[in-house]
Amino acid sequence: MKLYFRGIFILLLLVSISAKAACMSVSQADTVLADTAAFVSPYEEDNQRCFTCHGQPRYEYTNETLGKKVRSLMAEGRIVRKDEFYRSNHKSFSCTDCHSAEYVNFPHAGELRMEPKLSCLDCHGGDETYHFDAIAEEYQQSAHFKLDEEGFSCYSCHDPHTYRISKRTKENLKETIAYDNAICLNCHADFNRFQLLSDREEINIIKQHEWLPNQSAHMASVRCIECHTQINENLPVAHLIKPKAEAVKRCNECHSQNSMLMASLYKFESKEQRKDGFFNGIILNQSYVIGANRNEYLNVLSLLIFAGMLAVIGIHVYFRIRNRKNIKH
Amino acid sequence: MYLYPKWLRAWHVLNAVLFIILIVTGLSMQYTGKKDYVLVVGFESAVRWHNSAAVILTINYIFYVAGNILTKNGRYYRIKRDSFFSDLFKQMRYYSYGMFKGEKHPFPVTMERKFNPLQKLSYVLAMYLALPLVIISGIGLLFPEIVAKGVLGVSGMILTDLLHITMGFFLSVFLVIHVYTCTLGKKPGTLFMSMISGYHASEDHYDLED
Repeated sequence: MKLYFRGIFILLLLVSISAKAACMSVSQADTVLADTAAFVSPYEEDNQRCFTCHGQPRYEYTNETLGKKVRSLMAEGRIVRKDEFYRSNHKSFSCTDCHSAEYVNFPHAGELRMEPKLSCLDCHGGDETYHFDAIAEEYQQSAHFKLDEEGFSCYSCHDPHTYRISKRTKENLKETIAYDNAICLNCHADFNRFQLLSDREEINIIKQHEWLPNQSAHMASVRCIECHTQINENLPVAHLIKPKAEAVKRCNECHSQNSMLMASLYKFESKEQRKDGFFNGIILNQSYVIGANRNEYLNVLSLLIFAGMLAVIGIHVYFRIRNRKNIKH
Repeated sequence: MYLYPKWLRAWHVLNAVLFIILIVTGLSMQYTGKKDYVLVVGFESAVRWHNSAAVILTINYIFYVAGNILTKNGRYYRIKRDSFFSDLFKQMRYYSYGMFKGEKHPFPVTMERKFNPLQKLSYVLAMYLALPLVIISGIGLLFPEIVAKGVLGVSGMILTDLLHITMGFFLSVFLVIHVYTCTLGKKPGTLFMSMISGYHASEDHYDLED
């Protein structure tokens, strides 16, 4: 009998593992196909002229004065990975939509480097889908804005060549968290980039967050911006980065019934599923927030059991008092 | 009669204190609100106290199991299979009816029989089923990376936590009933004193009369 149950358990486990593996491989394959093969840019040929040199770290050209082939390394900031570009939100653009048309000539004229770059709002001003103007307003109040003079801009976090908006769904939440956190870590965990904008002598994210219990679980399950931005119900993603001293440090802000994660990380799900309670929303996200995930049925059941027990004890006490003369000790 | 040796009483008092700390801090975490100090402790200190008390409880539990293996105390927990249900029924009948009618205790305490059948069953369930489960699931919550990612599409952390809080709840219920049944001695305080002194004054004086 025991063997029989063990057999069923192992079988169930195998079925669940293989089903999950099958689902994962199908969805991953779909994403890759949709991202690359399906998209063909109308400017592919034009863009390819730029990618020939700017698409990888090494480039070569013929120096016509000397009549020699020259191989050289491309400066890191001038490299745009072709596959990443064609997966990005701007994949349907031609390079010269944003950069001067004169770049088609090689060697590029020196003064072209000095031309002002387009800013996000030059195209996205007045945009009603992503509220770029509101984002710009938030940015101007954020801790990052004080570095504006030193060169901080939207592009510091969102490279227009590679940025792709990750629409949050229940299935890809962990991916979104990792993608969004990588944007912050790009500078805050890479001293070479960090020192372009700051004179601070060291950065150590892990040490700074040592006070957080189960740090790695927190880092994988929430985004940096959950604690480091001012919540804004009207924006898909809050952009008002608060100074370090104002970051959320109280556990209860998330670990409570009205968890602030409902207004940030789980905003999309919570709107859909608020009627079912927080528990159901999170159960599908494979995350667990102590104090915020409460099963109402279990709460009620536990209260009923506890009240029932106290009632039985009460009745027992009553009969003990009433029959105290009969009870032998 | 000397029924509760020193090591058992030391384990018992430590276990009792830790149980209370764990229940209070556990409830504080499960039912936190936006404001601190919803129950007795704020979330941050509740986590710290809960973790520390849990580590001590685990070590204390190992001490208890070792004590039961190495001394004769373990034999008190052995349940008789053949008369299990009828003995249980006799004890339940006594608590709910017989004791009020002046009947004698069906299973008086002797050196050979420390627990009545109902006690045996509840102690075995609490100490050898619920407590190990609460400890194992607690270790899982303390080190989330060792918990299985998920079973049949449900998060492993949720299942671990459900097991932890369910067992924690049953142990809390056990604690209240345990404390109440301990008032059933000669006087309400008699059995509590026994657990301090180690000497049990049998409620039926069987050991003296026989």
